[in-house]
Amino acid sequence: MTFKHVFNKNFGKYLLGRVGQTIMVIIIGITITFIIPRLAPTNPVELKIQQMMVSGANIHPEAIKAFREAMNDIYGLKGTLFEQYVNFWSRLSRGDLGPSIFSFPRPATDIIMKAMPWTIGLLLSTSVISWIFGNLLGGLAGYQSNRRWTKWAELAANSIRPIPYYIFAFILLILFCFVWPLFPTMGAYDPGMDEEWMNPVFLLSVLHHTFLPALSLVLTGLGAWLLGMRALVSNIISEDYVQYAEVAGVKKKTILYQYVMRNAMLPQITGLGMSLGGIFSGALITEYVYGIPGMGQLSYRAIVGFDYSLIMGVSIFSIVGVSVAVLIVDLLYPIFDPRVRLN
Amino acid sequence: MINAFTGLWKTSGYFRFGIVAVVFAVVMVVLSFFSPYKPMESYAVAADAPPSLENWFGTTSRGQDLFWQMTFALRNSLAFGIITALLSRIIAIFVGMYSGYKGGWFDKVLMSVNDSFVIMPVLPILLLLNFLLRDQMNWFYMSLMMALLGWAWDARLIRSQVLSLKERVFSETAVFCGMPTRKIIFREHMPYVLPVLFSTTINNLLWSIGMEVTLSILGLTNLNNPTIGVVIFWANQHQAMISGSWWWVAAPVIVTVFVFTGFYLLSVSINEFIDPRTRLRMKGGAA
Repeated sequence: MTFKHVFNKNFGKYLLGRVGQTIMVIIIGITITFIIPRLAPTNPVELKIQQMMVSGANIHPEAIKAFREAMNDIYGLKGTLFEQYVNFWSRLSRGDLGPSIFSFPRPATDIIMKAMPWTIGLLLSTSVISWIFGNLLGGLAGYQSNRRWTKWAELAANSIRPIPYYIFAFILLILFCFVWPLFPTMGAYDPGMDEEWMNPVFLLSVLHHTFLPALSLVLTGLGAWLLGMRALVSNIISEDYVQYAEVAGVKKKTILYQYVMRNAMLPQITGLGMSLGGIFSGALITEYVYGIPGMGQLSYRAIVGFDYSLIMGVSIFSIVGVSVAVLIVDLLYPIFDPRVRLN
Repeated sequence: MINAFTGLWKTSGYFRFGIVAVVFAVVMVVLSFFSPYKPMESYAVAADAPPSLENWFGTTSRGQDLFWQMTFALRNSLAFGIITALLSRIIAIFVGMYSGYKGGWFDKVLMSVNDSFVIMPVLPILLLLNFLLRDQMNWFYMSLMMALLGWAWDARLIRSQVLSLKERVFSETAVFCGMPTRKIIFREHMPYVLPVLFSTTINNLLWSIGMEVTLSILGLTNLNNPTIGVVIFWANQHQAMISGSWWWVAAPVIVTVFVFTGFYLLSVSINEFIDPRTRLRMKGGAA
């Protein structure tokens, strides 16, 4: 398979179509996140003013009026909805999301950039690990469906799968932090440490703190991929070409890895792309339960503190990040599937 | 029907476990109507008592009997999950079946919208809405919201089924015979889609209850209406793990794991039964 094989003229067309679709999806997604907070009966500026009034400050009405106008300007709430929408896109194109409210006047982009590596490091690595191992185990389990270990693996996967992720994470936390205190309960590293990624002591501390959250994510992910792959493989092995290969005496390993799993891979690749969509939802609970300072924790704080710019920022980042990830997975598709390559 | 039931009962451990869990859930739900206490009534019983013959699941620091509280919690959570799953099914069926069948620009537009929903960060949006509308929020609005956010992935699955059904000969025959689209979709294609529909319904039910648990843990739902999440929220609020009343956490966690796993295993065993290939394998024949 050469470069030329994959990236022929048809691929150019495919690429253009997919990129166009992704851009459209991003625009729709961002538009929805623009609309939802504006439909809400609560206005962030009025909320801020209310908070100021409650705290007992005696402010002149004129000052309040000026303040309200200034705040409306900063948060892009001036003018009609259409004007706001145009203004919103023109600011977004300059990478300006406005300042965060609770760490005023730090720009929201800045705060998000600091939280991002935690989430991407934890969620992306665990997604990929559980995808690879889940598929390998699932393939084996589907191929040797009468062995004892496959029955146990299946039972374990089937039992973990329906448990709400929060409850699963909570059970692990209770077992390994209270009942058998192997791991620390909170934080991404020991308190009082500086974020020095070159320092081995700091790295060890990070590993110690993030092991349990990573485990919870890998276990839940692994089970789902295992079950999916097992079902796909057990369908494929009853097909004629597999039976033929078996009768012809092709090595079992070759049949499984080259004939069966290669075919079963395709829906799983699509699934990987789609599951990346759940990353930010997953991150929120993981980071909340285990106290990791990533995007999930940030979005929770932003929502509870009604930090308008930060909420918008986190949503936009996750929409763009996820749709680009889905796009990349889709573009890798022709490498795995010769049929897509030809058409 | 009865044959299928006894057959499944004999051959499938998953099915037996699932039925036990369903019976347990039904008994709990029915018992909730005969509870001697109001759902959140405080200091009705002695506080902080460990599980005993009198208080089967123990009592909370607020003097509530956990067993009776769990009957309410299970009822509310299940009702919430079922309504959400049904509402989102309506959207998923329409979008999936029509867009798969009609194809063309109609399909392209609907799938773009669909994909936008798939990649939407559902939990942050739910959190935001719950936070904004907390005063007006009740469980019906919440399940409506979750239905609106949770249909997209299932619509895609249904669509992919319809795409392959459309290519079959009987679909073409139906079109040539002049059958209206609506009839082809709901009479001819629907039966084939039912197994997928069934398993996505169970998944969606479990997903929505899980989401409700999450939102409750974060304190964003009505905390005076006991659901599984609300019970855990109050346990966390009173730091049950640290103060040593482990049963307060154990009761909702064990009940949830038991009922959820049971429902899921039941759906797995029924799905395997519906699929003729696995049924053959079960009977020992060549698949």
